[in-house]
Amino acid sequence: METHPVILLTIVAEHVLRERLLTEIQQAGVRGYTVYEVEGEGSRHRRVSEVLGSNVKIETIVSAEIADKLLSILKRDYFPDYAAIAYTTSIQVIRGEKYV
Amino acid sequence: MTDILWTNLCSPLCLAFVLGIVARLLKSELSLPRDLYAALSIYLLFAIGLKGGVELSHTSLKEFLAPAMVTIALGCFTPISAYLVLRNVCRFGIADAAGIAAHYGSVSAVTFIASQQFVSSMGYPSEGFMPTLLTLLEIPGIQIALTIGAILTAREANAKKQLDPSGTEEPKPRPMSEVLHEVLTARSMILLVGGLILGFLMKDVGYKPVKPFFEDLFKGALTLFLLEMGLAAGSRLKDLFKAGPALVAFGTLMPLAHGSIGACLGAWAGLSVGGTTVLATMAASASYIAAPPAVRMTLPQANPTYYLTAALAITFPFNLIIGIPIYMSIARWACGV
Repeated sequence: METHPVILLTIVAEHVLRERLLTEIQQAGVRGYTVYEVEGEGSRHRRVSEVLGSNVKIETIVSAEIADKLLSILKRDYFPDYAAIAYTTSIQVIRGEKYV
Repeated sequence: MTDILWTNLCSPLCLAFVLGIVARLLKSELSLPRDLYAALSIYLLFAIGLKGGVELSHTSLKEFLAPAMVTIALGCFTPISAYLVLRNVCRFGIADAAGIAAHYGSVSAVTFIASQQFVSSMGYPSEGFMPTLLTLLEIPGIQIALTIGAILTAREANAKKQLDPSGTEEPKPRPMSEVLHEVLTARSMILLVGGLILGFLMKDVGYKPVKPFFEDLFKGALTLFLLEMGLAAGSRLKDLFKAGPALVAFGTLMPLAHGSIGACLGAWAGLSVGGTTVLATMAASASYIAAPPAVRMTLPQANPTYYLTAALAITFPFNLIIGIPIYMSIARWACGV
């Protein structure tokens, strides 16, 4: 079956950022995403989960350009002060036009 | 005074709170499911809003005006005084000082309810419009501290940039309108203000059928909620060492100062002993439901360990166990009872 190369962008961040991050990715022209409630610990230590909620994981399938644009926004506005990480994975999908 | 303290300590609320702390210290696996915690907080806030709204429909504007003005004045004063003390006496940085000040400017709804229950049990019920005062105190409190923090940290960042123009790219500042939107549309705000308006519109006739659910079950739900607060406070106790003695002193002395000012102003505005005690408690309390997300979003440079530990592990237990009876004694003195 014919497949197309696209990027899976995954963002894991503290829960208060949920709405802001979803707005950012929608503004970047992303067509769809999946949100998970997740738990974990990182270099900024355990979240203040009893009050602020745990972590949120957002997955979205995008073109390389959009992934790059989102990563630079994350780097500038979120990484300095918030607990957040992001990574990309190269994946293959069918119906490539659905995502880019 | 010891009598009042003992009565307060043996109230279901205090006992449940202490049980929560003890359970954490014993490393028990006890925890309330997160959804139950969320449901209880929605129930409690909506119930105070509704009851307050119904009571407000019996209140004349004349009775309400002086206490409302005094409350707004307190709402503007407490975040500024807290900020100045944190910055100049406790030597915190701008962001941390503003972040903590936002919590002390804002009101802890649970402390408010606990004080309402306490004054009723002592035979001095507070005025029915106290929940309206709670919302009036809440809005300027968070907003002023966040504005101070946002302006001063931006100025500090600019100064740094001028010294070192090659520095890394600065994060895009968030517009103040977005922050205000967050504060005003926070869950606690919608439930309280919405409940007040609904209660005001439905009056006694409309409230009667829902009263058994919102009033008779209230104390039980609150007791369960306090158990969870005890667990949360208990798990923060170890952070007290990280926070340092300055924060511990601030978390107990600042509430006493704000509470005393609140009691004097309340009595001056003509509130009853119960109402004066509740107003003093509101001024003395530090929010840990509405303020933390707002501060985290607006002042991300502020360290959450400081503001959460101060509000939840120091000031909340202090007010619940010792503070409220003290504010009541001051209120009795100020009201001449």
